[in-house]
Amino acid sequence: MNIPYTVEERPDSGLANGKLGIWLFLASEVMLFGALFSTYIILRTGATEWPHGELSVPLGAINTVLLISSSVTMVMAWAMLKLHNFGKHRWYLIATFVLAGIFLVNKYFEYSDHLTRGEGPWHSTFLAIYFTLTGLHGLHILGGMVVMLYFIGPGAKMWKTNPDQFTNRIEYTGLYWHFVDLVWIFLFPVLYLL
Amino acid sequence: MHSDPASIQASLRKYFMIGAALLVFTVITVAVNLVHVSSIALAVTVALIIAIMKGSMVAAVFMHLSNEKKWIYGALLLTVIGFAILMAVPKFTLMDSIGKPEPAIGIPEHATGH
Repeated sequence: MNIPYTVEERPDSGLANGKLGIWLFLASEVMLFGALFSTYIILRTGATEWPHGELSVPLGAINTVLLISSSVTMVMAWAMLKLHNFGKHRWYLIATFVLAGIFLVNKYFEYSDHLTRGEGPWHSTFLAIYFTLTGLHGLHILGGMVVMLYFIGPGAKMWKTNPDQFTNRIEYTGLYWHFVDLVWIFLFPVLYLL
Repeated sequence: MHSDPASIQASLRKYFMIGAALLVFTVITVAVNLVHVSSIALAVTVALIIAIMKGSMVAAVFMHLSNEKKWIYGALLLTVIGFAILMAVPKFTLMDSIGKPEPAIGIPEHATGH
């Protein structure tokens, strides 16, 4: 039995099921990160002193540039499918994957720099919330990379059998990826600059 | 969301322009931080305004929210309400009196032994 409304739009909502599904998932993600941002505000306003300049601003700025660039390549990967250019789509998706990988490598260096100095999450309230927020965000990056790898590899077969559904899947992956970028856009000034 | 090939072709340039604008805003955010602003409140306000502008651009253009169906806007409205409640939680903690000693009613202070 085929799953209905994977490509065609439902008559009631005017949306394919996957589109509404990914937006509801993103809504739950906003709640997850919102709760942690709220925790950050409580910890920061309640602290008698808050460290400043503990994190590398250049590294954080480079990671921001990487994620913004990956958002551009992701939306281009989807646009190329809409233009029936699978070859360019593949290159843009690989570029997004590579940019995400460089982001995680940077994060690894940042984490290991702190940990070798004995500055883990246990060291201070600031580092506890820093590791929690960026660690959760890093897991989201990793999750996105797994999905992208699937669509670069075995998942790409669907382009030949059902190109419209494949295009929709890339669109949903893109919506998730832009959300991950959006979270970092707020994490960078909050943790690195303020 | 317009998804016919002609409108997609027209959007390609826009995607790169928005990407460039986001990078410029990132440079501005870092530059503002380098200039030592006397007021912390001002620095926080500027950084958050730029972050909100960048986030709006990502949502409107890359996530195509500038031209979506009403069901998506409905889901987003619920998200905004939920997010606003979460952001108000720090305020609620200030109103919380659990664990704080309250003066005994009707008993003079010297009679309580304090």
